[in-house]
Amino acid sequence: MFVFHDFDLTWRSPKFSVIIYSAIPFLCWVRERREVLLVAFELNPDPGFLSKQALVIRRDIIHMLGQAGSGHTGGSLSMTDLITALYFAELKHDPARPNWPDRDRFLLSKGHGAPALYAILARTGYFSVEILSTLRQHGSMLQGHPDMNKTPGIECSTGSLGQGLSMACGMAVAARLRESDPAYRVYTLLGDGELNEGQVWEAAMSAAHYGLDNLCAMVDYNGLQIDGETCKVMNLEPLADKWKAFGWNVISINGHDVNEILSAFGRARLTARQPTVILAKTVKGKGVSFIENQAGWHGIAPKPDEVKKALEELR
Amino acid sequence: MTEKIATREAYGQALAELGNQHPDIVVLDADLSCSTKTNTFAKKFPARFFNMGVAEQNMIGWSAGLAASGYVPFASSFAVFATARAFDQLRNSVALSRLNVKIAASHAGLSVGPDGASHQAIEDIALTRLLPNFTVVVPADGPQAGLATKAVYAHQGPVYLRLGRPQVENISKDLSFTIGQAQILRSGSDAAIIACGTMVHEACRAAEFLARDNISVRVVNMHTIKPLDTEAVLAAARETRVLITAEEHSIIGGLGSAVAETLAEAGIGIPFKRVGVNDCFGESGKPDELFRKFGLDADNIVRQVKGLL
Ligand SMILES: Cc1ncc(C[n+]2csc(CCOP(=O)(O)OP(=O)(O)O)c2C)c(N)n1
Ligand SMILES: [Mg+2]
Repeated sequence: MFVFHDFDLTWRSPKFSVIIYSAIPFLCWVRERREVLLVAFELNPDPGFLSKQALVIRRDIIHMLGQAGSGHTGGSLSMTDLITALYFAELKHDPARPNWPDRDRFLLSKGHGAPALYAILARTGYFSVEILSTLRQHGSMLQGHPDMNKTPGIECSTGSLGQGLSMACGMAVAARLRESDPAYRVYTLLGDGELNEGQVWEAAMSAAHYGLDNLCAMVDYNGLQIDGETCKVMNLEPLADKWKAFGWNVISINGHDVNEILSAFGRARLTARQPTVILAKTVKGKGVSFIENQAGWHGIAPKPDEVKKALEELR
Repeated sequence: MTEKIATREAYGQALAELGNQHPDIVVLDADLSCSTKTNTFAKKFPARFFNMGVAEQNMIGWSAGLAASGYVPFASSFAVFATARAFDQLRNSVALSRLNVKIAASHAGLSVGPDGASHQAIEDIALTRLLPNFTVVVPADGPQAGLATKAVYAHQGPVYLRLGRPQVENISKDLSFTIGQAQILRSGSDAAIIACGTMVHEACRAAEFLARDNISVRVVNMHTIKPLDTEAVLAAARETRVLITAEEHSIIGGLGSAVAETLAEAGIGIPFKRVGVNDCFGESGKPDELFRKFGLDADNIVRQVKGLL
C-alpha cells in the first residue's frame, strides 16, 4: 500500500548514520505488526550541539553554492536554524530507511532552499557528505530544486512556490487514515514571499477545516523576497492575525533561537484539533555579514573570494 | 444494454463499488460532488471523502500528498477547472513526481450545454496529454466509463479520466477495456473514423449514413489518447483510403493532433481531416444544437468523408 521509491542504496555512508538499533521491548508491542526493530535517528535537543550543527550546515551551504556557481544563498541561510533543530531534535526519522512508513515528514515548500535541506540530509546520514559538492550538476542526485524521485529523504518535489502546504495536508490526513498504525507528524517550511500565492491560503483553510493537528507549518519570516522587502512588494501584515483568522494555532518566535524553536515544536505537538504555524522571524542570509538582509543575495551564489570571506565568518 | 447513462454517472457508481474492495481509494472534490457524481462515494465512505471547497489547486496538492503516502486519490471537478485552473499543480505536484493521482473530470466539451464557454473544456486533453508521465483516457459511453474507472485505479501513475455531462448511447458494446488498446467498432475499407468520447457515437451514425451510399467505414474508438494506440492508427491508414478524427475538443492538441503526429512520423500520406472545435470557444445552447453548429455531428463527419474521397 505504501509507495517505495527505487533509490540506489549504495549512496549511504555509514560514517554519518547516527542510528540506534533499539531493541527496546516496550516499544515492540506497539509495532507488533511490523517485524522490524524500531530504528530511528537519535535526537539531541542540546542547544550547544544544535548551534554547532547549524554552523556546519551553513558552511556546507556556502561550499555547495560556491561550487555550483548558482543557487539561492539568502533563503538557505535564513532557514538553517529551523531545520537543523527540526532534523536533529524533533523529527521522528531514520536516514537508513527514508521510506519508513511511520516517519514524520518534512516538506520544503520553498523549494529554492534546497541547499540547506540537502546539507541536513547529508549530515544526518541520508547520503554521503561528498555528494553535496555535486549540487546542480548534470547527473547529480541533488537537483536545483528538490526532486523526491532523485534524492533519498526528499518527501515531495517542489520549486513552484505555493504547493507544499497542500501536499503536507494530504500527507497529514493520510496519517489519520492509517487507523491502527502509529500516527506521524508533518512539517513544512514556507517562505514569507511564498505566502503571496493564493494556493497557500486555500491549503490553510482546508487544514483548519479538517483539524489537522499533526500538521506544523513554519514560515521563514525574513521580510525579503526577490524584488525587495515583502512589505513593499506585497504586504503580508498583519500576518499572525491572518493565520489566526484562518483557524490556525499561531506561534511567533525568533527563528534563530534554538530554545524558542524547540519550545514552539513542543507546543505545536501538544495542540489538538488545530494545525500550528510557527512564524519564525529570521534574517535572510543569516550568519554572513555581507549577505545578511540583502534582497540581491536571494538567487545568487558566492564567488570564490566571497566563499572564503563567508567561511571565515562562519567559525 | 440500451439504457442511456452519462459517463460521469457510471464513474460515480464504479467508484463507489471500488471503494468497497479497496480501502486505499480516497476521493476529493471541489464543491461539485453532485455533478461529478463523487457524492455516491462520499455517502458510502464519508471518512475517505474530502471536499476541498472551490479550491482546485489545493485539491490537486492534497491528492499529491495522499498519493505520496500510499493512497490512491481520485480528484474530481469540472474538466475546465481540474486541468486549466490547476495546471501547474498537475505539472509540478503530480506529473513531475509520477504520483499516483487520478484526475477524473466531468463536464468536458461543448455538451455541457447552457452553461456556455466558461464551462466547456476544449483544451483539457491537450493540457494533460502534454504532461510527461500522464495517461489520458476518454471513455465513449457509460459502461466503458465504468470499466475505465476500474482500469484507471489498477494503473500505476497519474491519469486524466475525461467524463461528460450528457447521457450517451451505449455503443462500446460492453467490449473489454484495456488502457492503450483502441476498439474497432465497425470494419470498413473506404474510410476510417478515429473518434473518442461522445464523438464515437456520431462516428457510428456517420458510418451508417455512409453505408447507404456504399461507402464502407471503419470506426475506431480511441478511448486512450495517451499512450496512443499507434498500431490501430497506422492500420487504419494502411487499410482504408481516407482518415478522419473526431473529438469533442479543440482540433489543436487533442486526438486529431496525436493521430496527425503519428501519421506524419510514419511517413504516411493519406487524405486526412480533424473534426473538432475549430480553434474557437463554445457558447450556450443545447448539446445537439451546439454539436450541429460546431460541426461535431454525424452530418459533418459524412460531409468530411465524402469531401476527402
Ligand atoms: C510559482 C512561482 N513563482 C515564482 C517563483 C520564482 N521565485 C523563486 S523564490 C521567489 C521569492 C520567494 O520569496 P520567499 O518565499 O520570501 O523566499 P525566501 O525569502 O525564504 O528565500 C520567487 C518569486 C517560483 N519559484 N515559483
Ligand atoms: Mg522571504
